[in-house]
Amino acid sequence: MTELILSRLQFAVITSYHFLFVPLTLGLGVLVAMMETFYVKTGNEMYKKMTKFWGKLFLINFAMGVVTGIVQEFQFGMNWSEYSRFVGDIFGAPLAIEALLAFFLESTFLGLWVFGWDKLSKKVHLITIWIVAIASNLSAFFILVANSFMQEPVGYILRNGRAEMTDFLALITNPHVLYQFPHTVLSGFVTAGFFVMGVSAYHLVKKNHLDLFKRSFHIALIFGLISILGVTGVGHLQGMHLVGSQPMKMAAAEAHWETENPAGLSLFASIDEQGQKNNFEIKIPALLSFLSYNSFTGEVKGIHELQNKAVQDYGPGNYVPPVTSLFWSFRIMLTAGIWLVLMAMLGLYFFKSKNLEQKTWFLKLMLWTIPVPYIANIAGWFLAEVGRQPWIVYGLQTVEAGVSTSVPALYMLIAFLGFLLVYACLAVVDIYLMAKYIKKGPEEADRDEHLNSEVKGASLWT
Amino acid sequence: MDLNILWFILITVLFIGFFFLEGFDFGVGILLPFLGKNDQERRIIINTIGPHWDGNEVWLLTAGGAMFAAFPNWYSTLFSGFFLALFLVLVSLIIRGVAFEFRSSDSSPLWRKNWDRAIFIGSFVSALLWGVAVTNLIRGVPIDANMQYAGTFFDLLSPYTLVGGLTTLFVFMFHGSLFLSLKTTGEMAERASKAAQGIGLIAIPVVLLLAVLTYFQTDLFSSLGASITLVSSGAALILALFLIRSRKAGWAFVMNGLTILLFTVSVFWGLFPRVIVSSLNINWSLTIYNASSSPYTLKIMTIIALIMVPIVLLYQGWTYWVFRKRITEKNLHY
Repeated sequence: MTELILSRLQFAVITSYHFLFVPLTLGLGVLVAMMETFYVKTGNEMYKKMTKFWGKLFLINFAMGVVTGIVQEFQFGMNWSEYSRFVGDIFGAPLAIEALLAFFLESTFLGLWVFGWDKLSKKVHLITIWIVAIASNLSAFFILVANSFMQEPVGYILRNGRAEMTDFLALITNPHVLYQFPHTVLSGFVTAGFFVMGVSAYHLVKKNHLDLFKRSFHIALIFGLISILGVTGVGHLQGMHLVGSQPMKMAAAEAHWETENPAGLSLFASIDEQGQKNNFEIKIPALLSFLSYNSFTGEVKGIHELQNKAVQDYGPGNYVPPVTSLFWSFRIMLTAGIWLVLMAMLGLYFFKSKNLEQKTWFLKLMLWTIPVPYIANIAGWFLAEVGRQPWIVYGLQTVEAGVSTSVPALYMLIAFLGFLLVYACLAVVDIYLMAKYIKKGPEEADRDEHLNSEVKGASLWT
Repeated sequence: MDLNILWFILITVLFIGFFFLEGFDFGVGILLPFLGKNDQERRIIINTIGPHWDGNEVWLLTAGGAMFAAFPNWYSTLFSGFFLALFLVLVSLIIRGVAFEFRSSDSSPLWRKNWDRAIFIGSFVSALLWGVAVTNLIRGVPIDANMQYAGTFFDLLSPYTLVGGLTTLFVFMFHGSLFLSLKTTGEMAERASKAAQGIGLIAIPVVLLLAVLTYFQTDLFSSLGASITLVSSGAALILALFLIRSRKAGWAFVMNGLTILLFTVSVFWGLFPRVIVSSLNINWSLTIYNASSSPYTLKIMTIIALIMVPIVLLYQGWTYWVFRKRITEKNLHY
């Protein structure tokens, strides 16, 4: 039991931490590649400066993503060995392909990009950053293929006491991944778009490099606006899909206890999880039916009915995930999304009316909006993963049955605390470096000058 | 040849790639404090592996992914069984990875000193533990009838496996010093070459000791192929030392690369067809058959690997070509 709790805690912390860096990598890679494209096309040195400035921030973030990603791949075997045995035949394949197809490209070509400014021709150098950007999004696809199997198992048969793959094509065209992939990638683009807008806003307030940061803001604005609208649209379609494929997850996310037709949507609810009811709620009639079926009629099954059905299908047990936390994480994600849409719209309006720099309050607000996509990302994953409880693979294996049996709780505790300590230190370093390079601005990001000055006394043994 | 055998070979190849490539950047990391007398020199040293270390590490990620995909029971038993050892490896890889990237981002001496420490410790612990890990596979660890590891962390540490650890430590340091003598110029290259000669001299008796202990502690020598490759591996190491003594750094590097290749082949050949030997009951060992994925998964993965691996080799090779020049203080990034 202790092993289960420790492993779950570790997985939640390690994976959320890793996912602080991933979305920015997904989007910022594309943005930096776009900036360098402008540089190569126009020959304007300002774009080179821009590319290098954002590229430096990209690299700091990327390094954190890489090193925390190694733990991701190994912790399935370390803490979840029985899960790994059960699904290895299917789950291992996308992970191996991710490494073979995407990680190699990403890391090799990033090395070329960083060190290749004067060794490669302009065009070849540009291609290297595009390969990095495309490869990181490709890796997102394969890891989401793996995750989607846990959410919606397809293309398998239960044989030899485990799930075995029968249809690789079905696996990579899992309906779940077809929604999950654009939703995740576009959220990454949104994260990067608002990151670049926020940092640019900071410099616009300070009146540093007005031209460079106005253009950065513009690029990120268009990119971010299209992406946030995309996320919203895909999110709606995904919700409709989930009502069919994981009805319990959606019912829990809406604290929707009783089956209704048409079903109303609770904006706010005081949830009594023990008594399995809402003490108080503000409900908009028929909206849940609309969100589920694009029509104001239609039956949406409630938690009670779904629980009874699950008992019939899988035997006695509690199949209701934690309703309160799902309900609120869903609303946090949605509120964050609405906030981002408004900010992007407002940004577009000020930009078009050419008075962006005068709107100091807005620019300051934009800086403080940088964390909002991060909150939405984590809340979204919380919804996806906690909403699948008690299953580790939906309908096939419970989380409880997946945990390693040969690892003592003490070892798990040591590893968990060890990772916490290392990750906490890295967080401090990462924030320090990010803030430092953001403040320094583009001149100093081109750092050859200060780097070639020798730092005295920096010896290991003194 | 069935696909189980093919995947066993492929995973061997991935580990050869990992040990060969990351081997020299572990070595470079360990030698950093000894060969870099001042900050400028340490930067030159780090820049020799700058464009490559990340790509080299992907060989490990791919090997892990391939084990998961092709032999899920191997992956599950090994990673849960070697839990604490792997935790140490992961922390080492994390701290050295960020250290390369972050070291030059601040000019405070304390900052740089601490990242230098991280590079040294991370490289040292990894280089040591990989030897411990692979020698444990062949020596045998307590695996029960249900493929579960039934020992503790300390069961992994025995005189034999520690000598295994020292072997990878010194061979990787040798590899790293040879790499540095190829990638740097002037006095630095000279110092690296001298260091290589010293390290090589220590590595040879360590490897010899490992071979002798292997004879008594494992059944590796019952396989003719494994025996021949292990002995050849030692011979290649001796040859590499002669070559660097006669100032043929390039050939010495190639020869020591061969040492690593032959050593890895030998261990895996000695294992074959097992993937982890059980010390409790030889019949409880994990093999390429009882640990494997279904034939269908192996087939799909084979098609993908046969297309992708040559492409990866091609472009990774290309990066070494692009960065073939020696590193001087004029072309530093980190």
